Amino acid sequence: MSKLHVTTKINGDTVEYLCDPQESLLDVLRDRLRLTGAKEGCGSGDCGACSVELDGRLVCSCLVLGVEAEGAEINTIEGMATGETLHPLQRKFLEHAALQCGVCTPGILIAAKNLLERNPDPTETEVRYWLAGNLCRCTGYDKIINAVMDAAAEMRGA
Amino acid sequence: MAFDEYQKRDFKVIGTTPLRPDGIDKVTGRAQYGADYYLPGMLVGKMLRSPYAHAKIKSIDTSAARAMQGVKAVVTADDFPGTATGETLDVQDHCLARGTALYDGHAVAAVAAIDAETARQALKLIKVDYEVLPHVTSIEDAVKPGAPLVQEGRRGRKVPKQFSDNCTGWCEFGHGDLEAGFAKADKIIERTFKTSSTHQGYIEPHACLASMGSDGRADVWCCTQGHFHVRNLCAQIMDMDQSALRVTASEIGGGFGGKTTVFIEPVALLLSLKAGHPVKVVMSRDEVFKASGPTVASMTDVKIGMTKDGRITAADALIRYEGGAWPNLTIFPGAQSAFACYDLEAVRAQGLNALTNRPLQAAYRAPGAPQSIYAVEAVVDELALELGLDPIDVRLKNAAKKGTKSSYGPTYDDIGLVQLLEAAKAHPHYSAPLGPNQGRGISSGFWFNFGGETCVSLALDFDGSITLVEGNPDIGGSRASMSMMAAEELGIPYEKVRTIVADTASLGHNEVTHGSRVTFAVGLATIKAARAAKTEMCRRAAKIWGIDEDAVVWEDGFAKPAGPNAGEYEPMSIEKIAKDSPRTGGPIVGHHEVTAEGAGVSFGVHICDLEVDPETGFTKILRYTVLQDAGKAIHPQYVEGQLQGGAVQGIGWALNEEYIYGEDGRLQNAGFLDYRIPVASDLPKIDTVILEIPNPGHPYGVRGVGETGIVPPLAAISNAMSHAIGVRMQELPMSPPKVLKAIKNKG
Amino acid sequence: MVKVTVWGSLRSFTDGQAVVEVQADTFKSVLDALAKDYPGLIPQIEAGVSLAIDGRIYKDSWFTPVTPDSEVVLMPLMQGG
Repeated sequence: MSKLHVTTKINGDTVEYLCDPQESLLDVLRDRLRLTGAKEGCGSGDCGACSVELDGRLVCSCLVLGVEAEGAEINTIEGMATGETLHPLQRKFLEHAALQCGVCTPGILIAAKNLLERNPDPTETEVRYWLAGNLCRCTGYDKIINAVMDAAAEMRGA
Repeated sequence: MAFDEYQKRDFKVIGTTPLRPDGIDKVTGRAQYGADYYLPGMLVGKMLRSPYAHAKIKSIDTSAARAMQGVKAVVTADDFPGTATGETLDVQDHCLARGTALYDGHAVAAVAAIDAETARQALKLIKVDYEVLPHVTSIEDAVKPGAPLVQEGRRGRKVPKQFSDNCTGWCEFGHGDLEAGFAKADKIIERTFKTSSTHQGYIEPHACLASMGSDGRADVWCCTQGHFHVRNLCAQIMDMDQSALRVTASEIGGGFGGKTTVFIEPVALLLSLKAGHPVKVVMSRDEVFKASGPTVASMTDVKIGMTKDGRITAADALIRYEGGAWPNLTIFPGAQSAFACYDLEAVRAQGLNALTNRPLQAAYRAPGAPQSIYAVEAVVDELALELGLDPIDVRLKNAAKKGTKSSYGPTYDDIGLVQLLEAAKAHPHYSAPLGPNQGRGISSGFWFNFGGETCVSLALDFDGSITLVEGNPDIGGSRASMSMMAAEELGIPYEKVRTIVADTASLGHNEVTHGSRVTFAVGLATIKAARAAKTEMCRRAAKIWGIDEDAVVWEDGFAKPAGPNAGEYEPMSIEKIAKDSPRTGGPIVGHHEVTAEGAGVSFGVHICDLEVDPETGFTKILRYTVLQDAGKAIHPQYVEGQLQGGAVQGIGWALNEEYIYGEDGRLQNAGFLDYRIPVASDLPKIDTVILEIPNPGHPYGVRGVGETGIVPPLAAISNAMSHAIGVRMQELPMSPPKVLKAIKNKG
Repeated sequence: MVKVTVWGSLRSFTDGQAVVEVQADTFKSVLDALAKDYPGLIPQIEAGVSLAIDGRIYKDSWFTPVTPDSEVVLMPLMQGG
């Protein structure tokens, strides 16, 4: 089967690639574009480790086809910091020790960023339910919730 | 090797909470995990897996697959050199079947191709002729005489006659006169408890990249808890010298014990050798569930006798574990741990292991202990309830302490169980009011800590900063803790120390990151390496000053004359000594190699409140408190993280997680949708209380903390549930259908 | 002579005794003496054992001293997670 040509925007940069029709966006990001921040934890949309933003929506990139990225705007973890300046969420995750192994962290940061773009003042319950699609096995979620709430407060106050 | 290691002191760095060194990489997506490595010319490897739980492989025809364009190698177990023996051969067989498929998902062949799609298509062209055999997947069935035989010739020599030939292990621990003990009891309770197999649930699937040359040398990059162990296993399997294989540990996306062995690395090496190119193998989530190493499933009988004022007079347990199609030794720590929290005159714990047509179990935080302690703590809880006694008071009355002869043999030294129970009793959680359909449960927990082979090298770079080289993959923040210990010893800021985890070619052997050993053993070696460096730096200062070595001491990052008699010299900074080191004798490197001993044991107590919806059986955890003795918390946030993470894994184990096998012996829930681990919305905050009763065997008093946290939740939650619905629960997980059934049967 | 406690399922190889006495003064010489006096223990010793000496568990320390007053308990090798 021939590959298809896709033009898309990733973290603000225009990017072109060739991919098989059945390749997922996650496969494209990792294996073709070497943006390995998004991780495959399950391949079936259950764990959220592959979370990216697609036209402002939080999606599992393992459930999006590479060809669906045509003409879209995609944000991945690699675009979250600006040069050497971390996003407040990234900073708070470090301060609050909201990561241990860190493999779920890119997905959770993208998910949290997307939440705060929609709702800058979430309750703890709203944060927990929003992040219910992102599995973490190391932390028990406790410090993650603290970090997101603290980052939200800083972003509102700043 | 005396155990006067521990010295009380005031710490400057220990006990603070600096940022972790791998933090920036992990929050920006830069960190490289097992699947994030790419090499030029790299091929993709995939496995063909048996759809049968038990089947003889009559033939495998790989000719069509080999002929396919883009396929560079196709291998079966016949392609291995055949040098593996004993346990290593079992590991090899688990990775790639040799003659018989022993579990649903057992790999029978593997392919390396130019891309994933080609590899997938090639697998479809491999023709396997199976002869399906009878299978057995439950422990109850496996131990019965006449059960389908999983493997010939594996019966354990001490297994009692009444059990089937699937039984490979038998053990017994304890002391005292049980009969006399039970005769003294006012109340005896006897119950049987069951737990299902669970998976460690790490979010990162197993992944490796192997590059092997025809000269017999190879490199492997993989996510693992122990790259030296990976090296030694693979070297034996591939008939290589250990030094010919270099293994680099990637960042690891969770392990919890499940990454302490190999599942794909030997096959990746074999494919790479045959193909003449590097080969990357990554497991899918389905493969992780089916073909890595879940926990043992268990069936445990417990009988405990108690006087009416709460003293245990006798305690007896029979644990039966199944750990898949090859022998395992988890009944040993399981039986040893069962009654470890108690001071008993008459105690016995027996263990039986049986084979089943399932994947070979691997460790999962405190292997064997959660299952046995769950059963014991449930019976203690029921006795307390029946006798009208407070559950914590009963545990205090029988608590193991210094001088107690443990149920597994040795006499305890300084331990913190009594202090933990007292802290739990005094905690506001314990006296908070409860509402309707709510229940509170408590449980003690125990786990061993390990020492093990450890090598650390601490180099003084020419600007006075430190490169600390160790060999233990970091699964909990240990690089930060090592830097902290080195900084504390040297009297320099934490930021001046960079700790890295080196590959197997850079250090002597390091035992796997497991057994809660790293902060203890690697910490001990780091402190000693730092002390060796200090000794050498003082020696250099003494030489420069022209005074005796003994006349120089180290303080806060400086070499100083020991006293006024030594002479008037300005303190010499670490930076100056470092800068001059080429000219005063050469670069300065402190190092320490040891098989560390003197690890303490670890206790914990958990309190859990939950609420059950009587119409649906749905359970909500309302409040959870973890109390644990850390000896000395090097980095308190990371210790909290271990306690919280372990508790939540225990919550999942108690309420939802289980391996579900069908009549056909196939795993039915090999994905995160139906193997339901806790998510953020399931949980409240997990409160933690860290006690510090120093371990005499470590200079700073450190006890390992990583594993004990998973031990108490099973019983704490089961006991809470039993109180909430008024029915003693005897099986895990207590998922909604089962809770509802228990409620209906009671009413 | 050193007293060594042996766990329950091994006692069938020590004539039913829970505690045996051997001539030894180090970790290794304890294991060597046990193997010599109670050959039924050899398979377990070769499979791997630890010794708890005065409450501390030693895994692989041949030269750790053992005195007549030491509490010595034979323990299996274990794995963590």
